[in-house]
Amino acid sequence: MKFSDEFEARFTEMLTHYPTRRSALVPTLLYAQDEVGSLSDEVIEELARRLDLTELEVRNVISYYSMLTTKPRGKYNVQVCTNIACMLRGGEELLDHCKKKLGVGHKGTTQDGLFSLEEVECIGACSWAPAVQVNYDFHENLTKEKMDQVLDEYKKKLNH
Amino acid sequence: MASLVSHPDEVRVISKRFGQGATNIDRYLELDGYKAVQKALAMQPDAIINEVKNSGLRGRGGAGFSTGMKWSFVPKQSAKPKYVLCNGDESEPGTCKDRLIFEHDPHTVIEGAMIAALAVGSHTAYIYIRGEYRYLSVIMQKAIKDAYAKGFLGKNIFGSGYDLDIYWHGGAGAYEVGEESALMESLEGKRGIPRIRPPFPAIVGLWGGPTVINNAETLAAVPHIILGGADWYAKLGTPKNGGTRLFCLSGNLNKPGVYELPMGYNLQKMIYEVGGGIPNGRSLKAVVPGGSSTPVLLPEEIDVPMDFDSLAKAGTMLGSGGVVVLDDTICIVKFALRTIKFYQHESCGWCIPCREGTDWLKKTLTRFHAGAGLKKDIDNIYYLAENMLGKTFCPLGDAAAMPTMAFVKKFRKEFEDHLEGKPCPFEKAGAAEPVMA
Repeated sequence: MKFSDEFEARFTEMLTHYPTRRSALVPTLLYAQDEVGSLSDEVIEELARRLDLTELEVRNVISYYSMLTTKPRGKYNVQVCTNIACMLRGGEELLDHCKKKLGVGHKGTTQDGLFSLEEVECIGACSWAPAVQVNYDFHENLTKEKMDQVLDEYKKKLNH
Repeated sequence: MASLVSHPDEVRVISKRFGQGATNIDRYLELDGYKAVQKALAMQPDAIINEVKNSGLRGRGGAGFSTGMKWSFVPKQSAKPKYVLCNGDESEPGTCKDRLIFEHDPHTVIEGAMIAALAVGSHTAYIYIRGEYRYLSVIMQKAIKDAYAKGFLGKNIFGSGYDLDIYWHGGAGAYEVGEESALMESLEGKRGIPRIRPPFPAIVGLWGGPTVINNAETLAAVPHIILGGADWYAKLGTPKNGGTRLFCLSGNLNKPGVYELPMGYNLQKMIYEVGGGIPNGRSLKAVVPGGSSTPVLLPEEIDVPMDFDSLAKAGTMLGSGGVVVLDDTICIVKFALRTIKFYQHESCGWCIPCREGTDWLKKTLTRFHAGAGLKKDIDNIYYLAENMLGKTFCPLGDAAAMPTMAFVKKFRKEFEDHLEGKPCPFEKAGAAEPVMA
């Protein structure tokens, strides 16, 4: 299993932060997922070995955190918040719009593998609702039209 | 990234460096940065604790416990290392304030954590930031690195002989991790299952060592208190509720945003003047005053000072400062359902009342809102919630129960309007357009 140099440098440094190796697990899983695309069997095996854990212990942690996934997602994961503050300003309508536009449902991925869609809980953008996160980028004060622009920009990004 | 707002009634303490480029350490130093920690280095630990106690600073995460008091519980002598843990796992629906602090003024959080460490005799602190806030983790990691490069962190800080390390740590999506004992579990690389208390974290915390856990906004207030003095800070607020806080105004408002207002600021004024009132000619229906877990207030109940004690007297909580405003087009049953859907999703399943209670509430409310509600369901919803209250392992159960009970109590008529197969009276025509599941 080969990770990038950046990942390795971060991992090595992170181990010096804690009295136990296991403590590095949660952030490391997220960085590994960002790099590989999902927490595959291979990634789990590798991180379990490095952190002196069993694979079961690693899977046990993965299943708790909502950002972690063992299944690959699209290149851009569109996470639409429908929690109360976003709901009051059209978050649910925005989710429906994305479902139609992308032709997939909650946790679905478009056939070309470009977009995944997810209905998520509060992302901390309540005062700028309705809001969406595409991977880690926030898009706020959205309307259906602005949402279309956002999706188009990600499509364009890929072509460059 | 998130846009800033302003209002003449604001008293800017925590937000005074917002938009000033203070993520840059040299700029932060120009703006009185790292002066408070140097002052604290010359103080006795007890004097720091007393200053914070006298300032009336209370935990900004939601519980509102006296920060100075919390610090004083940490034993002076400890065989195991002591830790400071900054809770930046902001995830209470309606709350988006820590995000702005990390984005605009990360060094204040570092400095606040340093002062907390000096006060309790700790040499290691962690700043935990939720996984979704990746860009803030990048900002924080750089801020910490810059502080090390200047010799403010590490061995012999500011030439004082005191060693202090601060590390960043990241989550991966879990509301419950915002609960302090679950936060420690997460930092130890485990599922965020809460721990039983006692022992409290101040005695047995991270890796068994005494640990102080404070919200990011709480720690961000500390340097200002040390520099400005306890009296100055206390007087900004109301008795026993010192200072200011960041109120996150959201929902059906003309000018939503994060505003820093003195503790005790009137809620009605906050909605109509600061938040610009209700848009589209609609009228106010309800306010959730402190994040989704706090019991709802009716329009006739909002002439109330926004501090911990006044809101407790009004039967609700100041919570995390998330003020969510609902206009009269909003269906309370639907709003209650969305609130419960969240708690059901976030319940860790460790204890039965929370796991089963949130699940049955979600099922019942879903059926109810869909028009298949029975009269007895209304009491049943209340009963389910009541049976979680105070009976769960951690406050997540209470957080689900409290708002639900208030919705039923204060909007019973609206629940009754959904009975006997009646369609939701608030459903907009045409909104039921079929969409993919």
